[in-house]
Amino acid sequence: MASKVTPAVMRRGLQVLGVAIRTEKAVFAAAVVFSALYGGMTVASAWALGWATENVVEPALKQGEITTGALTFGTALILGVALLKAMGVAGRRFLAGVMQYRMQAHSRRAVTRQYLKLPLAWHHRHPTGQLLSNANADAEAAWAPLAPLPMAVGVIVMLVTAAVAMVITDPILALVGFLIFPAIAVLNLVYQRKLSPLATRAQQLRAEVSEIAHESFDGALVVKTLGRETEETDRFRARANELRDANIAVGRVRGLFDPMLEALPTLGVLAVLLIGAFRLESGAITSGVLVQVAYLFTLLAFPIRALGWVLGELPRAVVGYERIKGVLTATGSMEYGTATLSGTSPARLEVRDLGYSYGDYPVLHDVSLKVEPGRTVALVGPTGSGKSTLTQTFIRLVDPEAGAVLVDEVDLREVAHGGVSDVVALVPQQTFLFDDSVRGNVTLGLPVGDEDVWAALRLAQADGFVSGLPSGLDTMVGERGTTLSGGQRQRVALARALVRRPRLLILDDATSSVDPQVEARILYGLRDAAQASTVIVVAYRMATIALADEVVYLQQGRIADRGSHEELLARCEGYRNLVTAYERQEAEREALGAEEEVSA
Amino acid sequence: MSSLQGVERSALATVRHGLSLTPEFRKGLAGTLLLAVVATLGKVIVPIAVQQTIDTGLQESGPDLAYIRTAVLLCAAAVVITALCAYLMNVRLYKASESSLATLRVRGFRHVHDLSVLTQNAERRGALVSRVTGDVDQISVFMQSGGLMIIIALGQLLVATVLMFVYSWQLALLVWLCFLPLLVALPRFQRWLSGAYTLVRERTGDMLSAVSEAVVGAAVIRAHGSEARTAQRLDVAIEANKAAQARTQKIVATVFPLTEIVAAVAVAGVVLLGVKLGIGGDITVGRLIAFLFLITLFVSPLQIATEVLNEAQNAIAGWRRILGVLDTPPDVVDPGPEGVELPRGPISVSFEDVGFAYPGGVPVLHEVSVRIPPRSRVAVVGETGSGKTTFAKLLTRLMDPASGRVTVDGEDLRTVRFSSLRERIVMVPQDGFLFDGTLAENIRFGRPSATDEEIRLALTELGLADWLEGLPDDLSTRVGQRGESMSAGERQLVALARAYLADPDLLLLDEATSAVDPATEVRLARALEGVTRGRTAVSIAHRLSTAEAADEVLVFDKGRIVQRGPHAELVREPGVYADMHASWVSARSS
Repeated sequence: MASKVTPAVMRRGLQVLGVAIRTEKAVFAAAVVFSALYGGMTVASAWALGWATENVVEPALKQGEITTGALTFGTALILGVALLKAMGVAGRRFLAGVMQYRMQAHSRRAVTRQYLKLPLAWHHRHPTGQLLSNANADAEAAWAPLAPLPMAVGVIVMLVTAAVAMVITDPILALVGFLIFPAIAVLNLVYQRKLSPLATRAQQLRAEVSEIAHESFDGALVVKTLGRETEETDRFRARANELRDANIAVGRVRGLFDPMLEALPTLGVLAVLLIGAFRLESGAITSGVLVQVAYLFTLLAFPIRALGWVLGELPRAVVGYERIKGVLTATGSMEYGTATLSGTSPARLEVRDLGYSYGDYPVLHDVSLKVEPGRTVALVGPTGSGKSTLTQTFIRLVDPEAGAVLVDEVDLREVAHGGVSDVVALVPQQTFLFDDSVRGNVTLGLPVGDEDVWAALRLAQADGFVSGLPSGLDTMVGERGTTLSGGQRQRVALARALVRRPRLLILDDATSSVDPQVEARILYGLRDAAQASTVIVVAYRMATIALADEVVYLQQGRIADRGSHEELLARCEGYRNLVTAYERQEAEREALGAEEEVSA
Repeated sequence: MSSLQGVERSALATVRHGLSLTPEFRKGLAGTLLLAVVATLGKVIVPIAVQQTIDTGLQESGPDLAYIRTAVLLCAAAVVITALCAYLMNVRLYKASESSLATLRVRGFRHVHDLSVLTQNAERRGALVSRVTGDVDQISVFMQSGGLMIIIALGQLLVATVLMFVYSWQLALLVWLCFLPLLVALPRFQRWLSGAYTLVRERTGDMLSAVSEAVVGAAVIRAHGSEARTAQRLDVAIEANKAAQARTQKIVATVFPLTEIVAAVAVAGVVLLGVKLGIGGDITVGRLIAFLFLITLFVSPLQIATEVLNEAQNAIAGWRRILGVLDTPPDVVDPGPEGVELPRGPISVSFEDVGFAYPGGVPVLHEVSVRIPPRSRVAVVGETGSGKTTFAKLLTRLMDPASGRVTVDGEDLRTVRFSSLRERIVMVPQDGFLFDGTLAENIRFGRPSATDEEIRLALTELGLADWLEGLPDDLSTRVGQRGESMSAGERQLVALARAYLADPDLLLLDEATSAVDPATEVRLARALEGVTRGRTAVSIAHRLSTAEAADEVLVFDKGRIVQRGPHAELVREPGVYADMHASWVSARSS
C-alpha cells in the first residue's frame, strides 16, 4: 500500500491533482488568483511595516518629526494591504472548498452510477463495506489535497515574491532566508514521509476496531447466549490497544516535528537580527529593512507548511483515487440490445444449455427447460442445488456463462435496457425494503395509481395490515423495513412485483415467513387473478408444489427430473426423500409407538 | 429515541466525570501543564529579541555588536529549551489521552455487551458502534489538537498581553480594544459553524444511507428496473451534501479573514498612537516595533478559535454519548461471585406465575406456570406473537420477568451466576449469526478449548459429516462476513453445532432449523434426539414435526399456555393444537 511519500507516489499524486485541475479549470484558476493575491499581500504587509518603521516611526521617535502625509500613507498602506490579503484569504478558502466538494460529488456520482450499471456478479465479489467506502471515504481521501492546494500555490507565489523582495533589499539577509526556508521545506518533507505510514496505520486500525465492534454487537445475542462477553472484550481490547499505540506513535512524530518547524523560523529571525546588526553597522541597510525582513520571516513560517500538507495528503489521495478508478474501470458492465418484449399475454420461458459458476465453484450445468405461457412451474431441490442462481438468470440479474435464457423467443441479452424488468418480476428469498413509505416501496417510482397499489397489496394479502398502519400507504417502513415483521416485508415485496403486472413472475421461496394459511390464499389468488402470467415458484412446501402444473427437480446444479408431482414422487428418489421427509418421519414414529405399545 | 439513559450533566461535569473514569489522563497532568507553560513562553522570544536589538543594540553611536550577539545567543538557547519542552509535553499528552481513551473504549464495549437484549435491540447497532469508535475518536481529536491549541493559544494571548503591558499599557489597551469585538462575536460565529457542521453530518448520513440502499438493494433495483429512480435519489443526496459542505466553507471563509483585518487595524492603531506616545518619550522604537510582532501572536489563536470551540463542543457531545452507555444500568444483572453456582447434571426449570410486558407495551405473557422436569424434551408451539420467544428469552435470562419468577433446580434464575448459567443453559437463536472467520473458529465459539477433532466429532454426532465433506476447505472453510458465504440453512447448522459443542445441560432451540430443507431438518432432528438424551431440551417449533417427537407440547396462545401434554393426546382433543396440526398436515401433503 502506498503510504509513503516516494517519488512514484508524488508523480501519481500530481497526476491526480491534474485530473481535478482539468475538471474544475475555472474554479481552480480563480482560487489560484486569490491565492496569489494572498501570497503577494503577505510579503507586501511586511514591506508596508518596514516602510512605516523607516518613514514614520523612526523619524517621529528619534527626530520628533511627524509628517501627516507619511502617517496617513503608512496607515492607508497597512490597512489597504490587509484588506487585499483578507480578500485573498476569503476567496482562496471558499474556492478551495468548492473545488474539493465538487470533485467529491463528481466521484460519488460516477461511482454510484457505475454500481447501478455493473452486473450483480460483480457486486457479489465485493463486500458491502468496501463499496460503501469507495463512495464515501475514498472519494473524500482522493480529493483531500485540494483543500490546501490553492494555499500551497499561494505560498509558492509568496516565496518567490519574498525571495525577489529580499534580494532587492539586502542580498546578505536574503541568504539567511535561502538557508532557512529550504530547510523548513526539507524538514516538512521528512516529517510527512515519517508521518504518512504511521497515520495510515492508525487509520487502518481505527477501521478494524470499528469492524470488531460492529461484528460483535451484531452477534450480541450469540455472545450473550454462550457467555462469551469476556473473550469478546479481550478481542476488542487487543485491537483498541494497538490503535492506542499507533496513535501514540503518530503523536511522537508530531510532537517532535511541530516544535522543530516552529523553532526553525524563530532561529532564522534571530540570525537576521545578528547579521542585520553587522549590516547596519556597515551602513549597508537601514533599520526599516531589518524590521521588514524579520517580520517577513515571522509571517512566512506558518503558510510554508501548506506545501507539507499537500504532500502529506498525496499518498492517501493516490490510494483513494486508485480505488475509485478500480470501480469506474471495472468491466463486465451489462451490455444491452435493442429488442423489445412486446405482448400482453403470459410469457414463454426457455433455458438452453445454461451453465454458471461462482469463481471456480460451478453451480449450474447444462440446464435446459421450456415453460409454456401461462403455466406454473415449481422449482424444487435441496439447499445449495442452484435454484436461486437459476431464477436470477431468468430476469438477467446474472448472465449465464454458457447457454442462454429466452423469453418469448428473444435472448435476454438482446433486450433493450429496462426491457426485461418490464416483463419479468422476481420476488427474492431475502426481501429488501427501502427507507421509504409503503407506497414508495411498492411502486419504486412507477407511475401507478393508489387503486393499483391496493390491488397488488390485496393480491399479496397485505391490504389488511397496511390499512391498519398509522398512515396507511404513507407509513414509512424505516431502514430496511425494520418496523414490519418478516412476513409483512415479504408480502410488501410481493406486491411490488405484482403491481408491475409481470408476464413472467418468479417467486424464490418468497413466502417462507408467511403463515401457511396466508400463503395458500396468496397462491390461490395468483392463480385466479385476472392478470394471468407464467409463474416459476421455488418451494419446499407440498401445498405450494401442489399448485404447480409441473415440477422441476434440481440436484447439484442439474435438472435431475421433471414432470408432474405424482410422476416425480413415483420415480425420483431424491425428490421423494425431500418432499416426504416429514411424513416418513411421522410414519416411523407411529411405527415405533405401535411397537412400544405392543411390547408394553 | 435512545433507550440509553444518559445522566443530564453540564459540559464541565461531563468532562469531569469522563476524566474520573480514566485515571490514566490525570496521572502526570500537572507536569504536562508545566511543560506547556514553558513551551508557550517560547512564543515571545522574537518580539523580545527585536526590542532588545533595536533599543539596546542599535544606539545612535552605532550597533553594540557584543550585546546583540549575547542577546541573540541567549534567545537561541531559549528557543531550543522551549522546543524541547513542547516535544515532551506533546508526547506526554498523547500517551495520557490515548491510554485513557483506550480504557474508555473498552469499558464502553464491555458495557454494551452487559446491557440486556431489550436495551441492545432498542438501539441501532451502528449507533452503538459509533459510541465506542467515532465518539471516542472525537474526544481524541480534541485532546490532541483542539484541546492542546486552547492551552497554547490562551498561554500565547496571556504572555503577549503581559509583555504588552510591560512595554506600554496604553498600546496594550488599544490592541485589546481592537480585538475585543472579535472575541465577543466568537460564540456567535461558533454557533453558525456548529449549525452548519450539524447540517453536514445529517446530509452525509442521508447520503450514506442512499448509497447503502443502492448497494445492499442492488438485486431489487435491478430486478424491478428502478435504476433511474435510484440514480436520481443518489444525486439529490450527493448534491445536498455538497451544498451543506459549501455552506460551512462560506462561513469559515468569512470569519477567518476578519482576524487579518482586525490585526491590521491594530497595527495601524499602534503605529498612530505609538508615534504620538513616542514623541512624548513614553515609548522606545524597539518597544513599538516589538508591539507589531506581538500583535501577530493574537492572530492565530483567534483564527482557530471558532474551529476549536466547535471541536470542543463535538468532544463534549462524544463524551456525553459514551458516558450515556456507561450510565445505563444493565437491567439484567449478573449476581457475580456472590451468586449461586449450579452443579452439573440434568436440569429442571419452573415458571411460577410469570408475566411479562415489553417497556411501554401491553403484557405479552400472563401468569405462566409450568415445570419442565430434568431430561424431558419439550416443544413450544403457537402462532406468531403468542409469547413463545418471550418464554425462551425468560428461560435463558436474556430478560427478567415483570412478575413471578423462573427457577432452575429450585434456584431463582436471578441469583445464578452468569458464568454458571451460560454454561448450563444454551439457546440456539433462529438467526445463526456467524463471525467472519473459519468454520472451526465459529464452532469453537461454543467452547474455546475444543480441538479440531472434538469439533469434527460434534459434527459427526449431529449427522453433519456429509455436509462437512462437501465444503471446499473442510473445517478451514471461510464463512464470510456475518456468515454470508453460507446459505441461511448452513448458518443454522453451524449455530447448532456451536451450541452442541458447548455441552449444556439444557439446550433451547428457537426455530433453530427453520431455514434448512426438510430432508436435512428431519435428519438433524433424529440426530438431536440422540444427542440430547440425558439433557433437558426445549424446542420452539415452526414446523410441527418437532412437536410430534416431544415428550410434552406447550401450546401458547395470546401469552398463555392454553394446552399441554404429549402430541398424541393433544391432537385428539379439539383446540388450538388440533387446528394448527391440521393446517400443518395439509400444507405438508396437500
